[in-house]
Amino acid sequence: MTLVDRTARDLRQDIAAGAISAVEACRATLDRMSSVNPALNAFNHVDGERALARAAAIDRQRAAGERLGPLAGVPIALKDNMCVRGMRTTASSKILDSFIPPYDATVVNRLESAGAVIVGKTNCDEFAMGSSNENSAYGPVHNPWNLDATPGGSSGGSAAAVAARCVPLAFGSDTGGSIRQPASFCGVVGLKPTYGRVSRYGLLAFASSLDQIGPFARTVGDAAIALSIIAGHDPNDATSATTDVIDYAAGLNGDIRGVRVGVPRAFVSEGVDHRVRTAFDAALATLRDRGATLVDIELPHAKFAIPVYYLIATAEASSNLARYDGVKYGYRSPAAKDGPLKTMYSRTRDEGFGAEVKRRIMLGTYVLSAGYYDAFYLKAQQVRTLVRRDYEQAFASVDVVAMPTSPVPPFKLGEKTADPLQMYLGDVFTVSVNLAGLPGVNIPCGLSEGLPIGFQLIGRMFDEATILRVADAFERATDWHTTTPPLE
Amino acid sequence: MSSLTIADVERIAALAHLELTDDEKPLFTRQLADILNYAEQLQAVDTTGVPATAHVTAATGAERPDEPRPSLPVADALANAPDAAHDSGLFRVPRVIG
Repeated sequence: MTLVDRTARDLRQDIAAGAISAVEACRATLDRMSSVNPALNAFNHVDGERALARAAAIDRQRAAGERLGPLAGVPIALKDNMCVRGMRTTASSKILDSFIPPYDATVVNRLESAGAVIVGKTNCDEFAMGSSNENSAYGPVHNPWNLDATPGGSSGGSAAAVAARCVPLAFGSDTGGSIRQPASFCGVVGLKPTYGRVSRYGLLAFASSLDQIGPFARTVGDAAIALSIIAGHDPNDATSATTDVIDYAAGLNGDIRGVRVGVPRAFVSEGVDHRVRTAFDAALATLRDRGATLVDIELPHAKFAIPVYYLIATAEASSNLARYDGVKYGYRSPAAKDGPLKTMYSRTRDEGFGAEVKRRIMLGTYVLSAGYYDAFYLKAQQVRTLVRRDYEQAFASVDVVAMPTSPVPPFKLGEKTADPLQMYLGDVFTVSVNLAGLPGVNIPCGLSEGLPIGFQLIGRMFDEATILRVADAFERATDWHTTTPPLE
Repeated sequence: MSSLTIADVERIAALAHLELTDDEKPLFTRQLADILNYAEQLQAVDTTGVPATAHVTAATGAERPDEPRPSLPVADALANAPDAAHDSGLFRVPRVIG
């Protein structure tokens, strides 16, 4: 096993024990990135110099006998929508092409305080809007398992970077499935924490009532370690929760006897590809064999989650993205140098934003506009309440809910770009989780024609511990997490 | 069925400060109409007496003492501006009235 195949936990142990240096681990990662990234396009930005300097600092800390953080010397990557002071951050948009953040996101502070070494920023759909990573201004990411397939989106670069053994840990954001779906497509673990569990300070906002930051990893254990570091209250994010953070990795004991797993049979009976269904049924059988009890549940309003999500998320986006106007940062159109100001705004935004972002701003503006607010936006918010209540009722009788993550295996690049609505329909199993604010984790559970399939476990609010325990027990019983993409 | 027209799309684009090209207008009209037609299914859901959810968590711990704290230095705030008057600490924009 080479250095780049190691988990974050093992790397940190070896660095702390002096078996390898943080600089060696960092060099191995940078070498791996330069060999595979030309084919993947997973990174928008690599900062090897900064990373090596940080790694050297960890080695000095160790030599001086200082206490090392829980991720000391572990190379990590961040989706390019999280601010790192002094490191170019673009959200994969032309409108932020030259943006250098003047401050760190809270997750960046927490990860670097834990000793993690940031090696670069990963490609994603522009402003995290997309399900295939094809909406990036810097070109699509390619799936490490098959370069003709999409890695999923919007955090496609982070998922691909972990699957391709560039880094053991990467971070993304999930507004409607943008961590779980690419994790499923790339065959890695991807966790969306409860809304409010992780501070959003320094995350470029898409839909503020839905956005949440979370980790990608090759094992549930690494995802659990990462969550304990990034979770917790932050005075800079008024929506971050004060609920206690626990040692999530400590609870992974492999014992799921008696855990009640809810399966929304009616909801998952329609429109699911037979290959996904086969893998999902096998995953449920594994959970049952490990001692879990399968319980049929109903989520009668979950089928409305896609329209609800696309009305609410776009409304919030239209407001959040109003800040990109060519004045304070980013791109300014050269077209209206002499004014008027309004023309400078509208030219800048038309030239700076890609098609999907413009579509969503338009849709959001429409549903918030006079005459349509009640029929679309308010109605969507009411149905959001019904989606939440379905889960609340389900969790009265089960501990977790299991569903496929995506109704289809990874699709080909270019296959769905002509029809935005068809692309949206692929989010059927992920968006309801964001609407209800619940935690969800994708776990690899199959391979079909060489492409990964995953399923997700959804938990009660702030009960990441239980979904991670069930996910870990599943991982112990299977070897999907040890299979590697044929990428050389 | 939604009967979105190009004029509607032009009106929305103006509200959103987007100057769409002539190619974009018919494309967005069709695509947005598709999405709105799909969203029409929500009208069939009985939401009588159902409160709206704007946010899933009641904001707790959001209050803090109203005390001044250091903010971003002006030079840092201006560093990314496409056009800034650094000496006077201002963002510069084209004239407002055409």
